[in-house]
Amino acid sequence: MAIEVNGKTYETDEEGYLANLNDWEPEVATAMAKEDGTELSESHWEVINFLREYYEEYQIAPAVRVLTKAIGKKLGKDKGNSKYLYELFPYGPAKQACKYAGLPKPTGCV
Amino acid sequence: MENEGGIKKFMYVNRKAPYGTIYALESLEVVLIGAAFDQDVSLAFLDDGVYQLAKGQDTKGIGMKNFSPIYKVLGDYDINKLYVEKESLEARGLTLDDLQEIMYEDEDDDWEEKPSIRVVSAAELRDLMDEQDIVLSF
Amino acid sequence: MAMLHTVNKSPFENRSLDSCLGRIKDGAAVLLFEDAVYGAMKGTAVAGKVQSAMEKSKVYVLGPDLRARGMSEDQVLDGINVVDYGGFVDLVTEHDSVQAWL
Repeated sequence: MAIEVNGKTYETDEEGYLANLNDWEPEVATAMAKEDGTELSESHWEVINFLREYYEEYQIAPAVRVLTKAIGKKLGKDKGNSKYLYELFPYGPAKQACKYAGLPKPTGCV
Repeated sequence: MENEGGIKKFMYVNRKAPYGTIYALESLEVVLIGAAFDQDVSLAFLDDGVYQLAKGQDTKGIGMKNFSPIYKVLGDYDINKLYVEKESLEARGLTLDDLQEIMYEDEDDDWEEKPSIRVVSAAELRDLMDEQDIVLSF
Repeated sequence: MAMLHTVNKSPFENRSLDSCLGRIKDGAAVLLFEDAVYGAMKGTAVAGKVQSAMEKSKVYVLGPDLRARGMSEDQVLDGINVVDYGGFVDLVTEHDSVQAWL
């Protein structure tokens, strides 16, 4: 599978996650969100950028409870809770935000 | 077997070096998936498995994913018992200093950072294995 | 004529390195790569065996495999040459034949 953004084709897996992390560009996230009917706000980007940095450091897309805890530590308690994150990413903060960030599907999503 | 509220003692036993075979990475993936089930999980590293925790791994030259940083987040998944067998380290000329530092935050002690790696003797490891409800070998 | 022997299994869980070292002719070369690179390190239980093999043959180890495993070049046994992929190819072409101890 693949998605097309500004005339460029990006390979994805069958669930729409980017096949190659290094292909990612911000426009890819914008296009994926648009397909889900979401316009990305500053708050979305904060989480997306956080996830990219997290992956860079630890080589893993975190499970939702780990993401929530880590966000709380980095961005404050008002953001490190499921209510806030689910409002931003109603399809599941780990799954949906990881997808926009070009990461693989979090390990442990059963 | 003793069993408190359905929580079982799981031990993942790692005996293979990383990269040469897929066992180390497969084990880590199963550990992370299993972490969703809130069990009492520990990891044992013996024989060539101790090499999985070697510090300073850099896989750029072999074109494989360096998965060693993942061990550092195990604490966030509430996995903080990493037993490393002393005899296996010694046979390989290694000490605790050759392994990467892996910490966890102890929620029962004001979230103090503590090391997850515990070097144990073969005899201690034998007893630890004996206490488990389920042992998974990789 | 000189032969290049390659070993890619850990000496701690497989007998390939032992088998190889016991059957090489003087002047042969041995290249350790993949999990066999652990056999090139100082202070291990197999270091003595590797050192005695080095009296009669040249031992090489593949650098990228060392680095991937976090094994430092300073800890490689004295006298073992660290080579990269280009060096691996050179060794193959410089020797008359290659035997892989799988």
